[in-house]
Amino acid sequence: MLINLVRFQRQVGFVFSKCRNRDTWLPSVNHSKEYSAAALERKKFYQDVSISQGEDGLYEINLDRKKLKTPAGKLFTVPNEALAIAVATEWDMQKDTLKFYTMHLTTLCNTALDNPTQRDKGQIIAAGLKFLETDTICYRVEEPPGLVELQKNEWDPVLDWIEKRYNVLIGSSSNIMGPQIPKETKDTFHQHLRSYNFWALTGLEFIITQLKSLVLSFGLVDRHLTVEQAVLLSRLEEEYQIQRWGNVEWAHDYDMYELRSRTAAGALFVHLSSESSTVKHKLLQD
Amino acid sequence: MAALSSPLRVCRGILKELRSSKGPEYKQTLAYNFVLDQFRKNQVTNERHCRARREALHASHSYLCLLASTRHHLTLHKLFHGKGEREPEQVARLVGLQLPTQPGGKGWEK
Repeated sequence: MLINLVRFQRQVGFVFSKCRNRDTWLPSVNHSKEYSAAALERKKFYQDVSISQGEDGLYEINLDRKKLKTPAGKLFTVPNEALAIAVATEWDMQKDTLKFYTMHLTTLCNTALDNPTQRDKGQIIAAGLKFLETDTICYRVEEPPGLVELQKNEWDPVLDWIEKRYNVLIGSSSNIMGPQIPKETKDTFHQHLRSYNFWALTGLEFIITQLKSLVLSFGLVDRHLTVEQAVLLSRLEEEYQIQRWGNVEWAHDYDMYELRSRTAAGALFVHLSSESSTVKHKLLQD
Repeated sequence: MAALSSPLRVCRGILKELRSSKGPEYKQTLAYNFVLDQFRKNQVTNERHCRARREALHASHSYLCLLASTRHHLTLHKLFHGKGEREPEQVARLVGLQLPTQPGGKGWEK
């Protein structure tokens, strides 16, 4: 319940923050419907979606003849063609109403462009690293035996992988205080996170907060895990309970697909916004 | 390394998702051309152990997951959550109850 509320607030916050400019695409909040899904939707007002490259080399999105803008009124620009096309496709896929809660890549771009919380790289890194202390896969249960076994079999390989990959010590614990994470481990991750640019960090922090795990997020961003695997590992206990007590479509499946689409958007966003060197690399090989 | 399905399957999966959302004219979309183009470009290095190709495959896999999950999520959303919250009276009626009423109002109505 609380998680849903926080998610909702985030969505509304991103979509409906300051609307000033006349040809921005944002509606004013309809207070009577503030807490229903209708408040997050708007009638579709365009037919064609296209992209164009501005003078500075950044890509823009055009809805019919109008240029897309961010909630704060800035021009919506993204650094490469792939991301521009992915965002344009999100807008193109909307049917009669614009459903902003299904447009995760647009939301992430808006967040990176507007930076509504006014944070710098250091603050984002600190916020992401904080999840390491309470990382999902470091907290183990002592009963029931089936779940203990499952956590050991599924989570330990990922922990082993990250400990080898970054040459750090994390460990797991069934204590309420969690494992003692050495300072060197945090320093290593801090160093590593500094190498990402602002856009990629925005995406990475988004993934971390979705999966509630720094380890799984690194596994995903380093391409050790697929989105489906990362989401499954993040929801391991829930999956165990589903196997035991049955699946409820409107709660379990709903949550899982939402988590998957958010995580996939985050992963794609990180990869696309830290990619420029890779693209050149590929062109050379052709 | 995670098990990724073959590039062909991912490619077809993405095109299928585009088609299901755009209908028959999906071939005119930006994404259709871009996706096919990317897959063709990366085909050249198919036989070698090529880092760029693996990265591209992982990204395309994520994109397929994004499209499919968003569609599933939206379907469930429409089915179960799309109408917003019910009024207290409706919730009460659902379980066969009525909200208490007070003759002459409760005193704070205008």
